[in-house]
Amino acid sequence: MQRIGDAPAVRRLLISAAVVLAALFLLLPLVAIFAQAFARGIDVFWANVTNHYTLAAIQLTLFIAVLTIPVCLVFGVALAWLVTRFRFPGRRILQTLIDIPFAVSPVVAGLVYLLLYGRNGWLGNWLDGYDIQLMFAWPGILLVTIFVTCPFVARELIPLMQAQGSREEEAAVTLGAPGWTIFRRVTLPNIRWALLYGVILTNARAVGEFGAVSVVSGAIRGQTNTLPLHLEQLYQDYNTVGAFASASLLALIALLTLVAKASLEWRAARREVHA
Amino acid sequence: MSIRLQNIGKHFGKTQALEPVDLDITEGELVGLLGPSGSGKTTLLRIIAGLETADREPGGRILFGERDVTHLHVRDRRIGFVFQHYALFRHMTVFDNVAFGLTVLPRKQRPSSGEIRSRVHRLLEMVKLEHMAQRYPAQLSGGQQQRVSLARALALRPDVLLLDEPFGALDAKVRQELRRWLRHLHDELNFTSLFVTHDQEEALELSDRVVVMSNGRIEQIDTPDKLYRHPANRFVFEFLGDVNHLEGTVRDGVLTCGDARLAVDLADGPEELLLRSHELELAESPSPEAQLPVTVAAISPVGAEVRVELEADWLGEPWLATVNHANYERLALTRGARLYALPRRWHRFPAERVKQPSRAPEPVS
Repeated sequence: MQRIGDAPAVRRLLISAAVVLAALFLLLPLVAIFAQAFARGIDVFWANVTNHYTLAAIQLTLFIAVLTIPVCLVFGVALAWLVTRFRFPGRRILQTLIDIPFAVSPVVAGLVYLLLYGRNGWLGNWLDGYDIQLMFAWPGILLVTIFVTCPFVARELIPLMQAQGSREEEAAVTLGAPGWTIFRRVTLPNIRWALLYGVILTNARAVGEFGAVSVVSGAIRGQTNTLPLHLEQLYQDYNTVGAFASASLLALIALLTLVAKASLEWRAARREVHA
Repeated sequence: MSIRLQNIGKHFGKTQALEPVDLDITEGELVGLLGPSGSGKTTLLRIIAGLETADREPGGRILFGERDVTHLHVRDRRIGFVFQHYALFRHMTVFDNVAFGLTVLPRKQRPSSGEIRSRVHRLLEMVKLEHMAQRYPAQLSGGQQQRVSLARALALRPDVLLLDEPFGALDAKVRQELRRWLRHLHDELNFTSLFVTHDQEEALELSDRVVVMSNGRIEQIDTPDKLYRHPANRFVFEFLGDVNHLEGTVRDGVLTCGDARLAVDLADGPEELLLRSHELELAESPSPEAQLPVTVAAISPVGAEVRVELEADWLGEPWLATVNHANYERLALTRGARLYALPRRWHRFPAERVKQPSRAPEPVS
């Protein structure tokens, strides 16, 4: 049987359009990044990557990501659990609130944080009294990164947990299992792939975030510069190779993320066939 | 272990899902909760399990034997619960599913892993699934999954087994088999069981006693036999089988409705009579007591009996009569045939909810 839109001509047209577009918009820029990074040889590339400031930026970026992931993980699981397992007034509103970080431009988010926690901000003023500085320091970067990335895990989990329902958990509780055991042995195994997927997305976004971070970091070289900010500075300084060397690092992280995601999806699909 | 409910009711927001009810179930009984959807039967079952909390009514109590479990958490009530859609742990093997309840016991009460293994194998033997121990739930048929779920619920030797539409999702033949099998299991192990169903046949076949519910209220609690013969009210009567209505006016002991006439022993005035489909006979001529001319509208042979749909000018809704194959052949029934319906028996439930036993009319030849 021939399906709608399955005529050979249509099929060929659509496939070639997809291939051309993917090559033009996705593959070509990626190749260009690495080409530019290695344009003046591997030595120059290596010198740029091992540059003191670049290393500091890499370090800060990874540090922020490592702190962000557990926070988003706990927040996401707790929120998804709350929204899918309980009925309470304001549940719908809460579900909408989760999406605010997606809806708001990251720059706006950064500005709001600056306004609140900056030296002249409402909370910043008070914190300043205790000699705590959040803005233009890593805690500020961490705060906005968490803001930007916190919906990913919850967004992955909510539809899945809604579809799965709470029957298995109810079964576990009638069998006498305590709450934590139910979470560990029934809930978690059922959501682990979605959870890992959420973590991968969180990580990708945390590493690559530019807008919100650029507002609150102050971009002090070697101190509050993350990799995307550092990259931009290098580019402004006409250090094209340096900029693209940093860009290639980010691209590498992105590629690794994609590989991890693809392999997860492959494993999940295989499990489904198997089960 | 006996189950006793006193003044147990439930609201969901402003809607009353369950009017405060009392219910006594003696030890070793197998009781069916029967009712249409939205009748509160599942809510009642889940309250007994502890999966829902009852409203705080004065004197509202749930007792398992002498044990007051009203405020006890589900996990401490020692119940076995079987869910409609099995609710097996999908990422665990059949073995691990059945073993779950034993492996989550506090360390001090937990049997050794060797003992768990032998207990689980005994349970799987009981449900005839020992060869499936290493399979995952998705690899089993619905009937097999429900048996695993039963074995899992029985692993902790519960005092009380609660089943929520246990056979609802299965096809007719498997359902029959499982029903018999559950009855045997119940008689053998002698626990107290309570199951929810919307299928009257299932309730009547399986239960020692049936609790008929509608609109959050218990309509009648009785043995299947009594329930069928002496329904407490019109709802119970209508819910337990096919019903034909005959509305008309009685004058001088004769009920008239258009061309139809039926001798009845009732006072003058408007009346509504209810007739079971198997209590209707079909004949080529009227009897002195009944003159109910009908036309055959449809004939469907269903297994051991033939269902005949009857129409007439004086009927609002068509009637359904079930005849055996011998009568079907004798009458040479065809569509459009004109015949007479002869009720062997009729029932009436006056508008006010008074317990009114059904009466047989004058014997019909």
